[in-house]
Amino acid sequence: MTDFVTPREMAEMIPSGCKLGLAPDDYAAAPGLVRMLIDRGIRDLHVVCAPIGGMQVDMLIGAGAVATLETSAVSLGEAGGAPCFSRAVRDGSIRLRDATCPAVFAGLTAAEKGVPFMPIRGIIGSDVLEKRDDWKVTSNPFDDAEKIVVVSAIQPDIALFHAPEADRFGNVRLGRRRETMLLAHASKKAFVTVERISEVSLLDDEKMAAGVLPAIYVSAVAQLEKGGWPTGLYAEYPRDGQEIEKYARAARSPEGFQAYVRGLGSAA
Amino acid sequence: MSEACTSRELMIYTISRLLKGVRHVAVGQSSPMPAAGAMLLRALNQRDGLEHVQVSILGSVKHNSFTGGAEELFDCAAQGRLDAFFLGGGQIDGQGNVNLVGTGDYPNNPVRWPGSFGSAYLYFLVPRVILFREEHSLRSLVERVDFVSAPGVTDETVYRRGGPHALLTNAALFSFDREAGRFRLESSHPGYGWRDIRGTTGFSYENEQCEVTTPLPDEATLALIRGRIREELRECYPQFAGNMPGPG
Repeated sequence: MTDFVTPREMAEMIPSGCKLGLAPDDYAAAPGLVRMLIDRGIRDLHVVCAPIGGMQVDMLIGAGAVATLETSAVSLGEAGGAPCFSRAVRDGSIRLRDATCPAVFAGLTAAEKGVPFMPIRGIIGSDVLEKRDDWKVTSNPFDDAEKIVVVSAIQPDIALFHAPEADRFGNVRLGRRRETMLLAHASKKAFVTVERISEVSLLDDEKMAAGVLPAIYVSAVAQLEKGGWPTGLYAEYPRDGQEIEKYARAARSPEGFQAYVRGLGSAA
Repeated sequence: MSEACTSRELMIYTISRLLKGVRHVAVGQSSPMPAAGAMLLRALNQRDGLEHVQVSILGSVKHNSFTGGAEELFDCAAQGRLDAFFLGGGQIDGQGNVNLVGTGDYPNNPVRWPGSFGSAYLYFLVPRVILFREEHSLRSLVERVDFVSAPGVTDETVYRRGGPHALLTNAALFSFDREAGRFRLESSHPGYGWRDIRGTTGFSYENEQCEVTTPLPDEATLALIRGRIREELRECYPQFAGNMPGPG
């Protein structure tokens, strides 16, 4: 059963210390709900970026909410580097697990399929591999002469993302954003904010059904219009470049970051 | 005569030349010039009645036909369905190693860049990886990278059909010899001589005294960059497109 809750209630349902899977900016990121997590003072998160992070991840880091960060990159896109992330790396305040995008997908795929690991091409000879104790080099069991990397399964406690639409049965339309579907399949629970809620089942339309995440994976839905702002929502609205520039400038200092987040809080 | 070709337009044109013959080229996030170069090849081939070029721009709705999510790019690469891709790198060294993570010691790098993205994988699987780094300097082109996001060469126990094809900067174009594991200077851009390149490149390479100048696009190609390509770029790179020369 999918619970229909308010965004504030959803924020309360995500506990400090959990392993939280997040979608990339402009695809299915949920900065609206992330701001509420910051407001309520969430702490000690293990954030899994599927497979990269942007503004919402930088904000969580700036707010001191992240203990461990597993990601292939953190960037603000055209607005440049992620200031709170860079600061946290320098002062060692987060535990880093640098990855490469397809290895994150391989780890999530292992969890989706309920197997302990997944083999993946490439990676051998990179320092990314050297720094990961949960990735190993093994030989191909069918050809001993070939070395291949295996990555362990990645199973977030909660996947949090924003989508265009849910129906009142808890089905969520993701369309082409299959990496978000994978994240939801791999995670123990999926919490989803949506622009709108349909009274008609999204599974009734065969043309749409293949792009719908069924309610069996969806623990909670909250309607939050513009919940992807100021990053974009795939095929719905683009990022607000000016706002992200404003954030990038403000977050250059910890004080500026705090002022920016407080400003958003009072505006919300 | 229109406004002279800018440095960025020359790089966009050079990228399109480096892509000649590919059937499918993909472009990663935060890569406006590689995106423009791929779009230019597609437009030129279309104009000249040559084969269709599939361009997959990550982050684009219009210029991306993947329906399998972000994983599909990587699956395509693993199956040999992707001919070309681009990698940047805060540092690139003479063996073709790229560093997208940061300077100094990991994990508390004093200068931290976004991260390795898909480099550690795609570098092994995409036949023509074009290294693109606008800044040509002793700090970007180094003898040895501080962190290997993706290695330039690999021994034969590891499956590898891809790797570095060329290195393009705002000053020069190099090719890469995979057997030797070394770059070769192919040309210097207008305004630069081989001595400038030698003085600003931190690694050794072949053909140091190369006198070839990188060719400029003709008027029709320049007009295409300033018209159709600039418009196509706007969806994903509004700021970059807005700063390009062009009508309106």
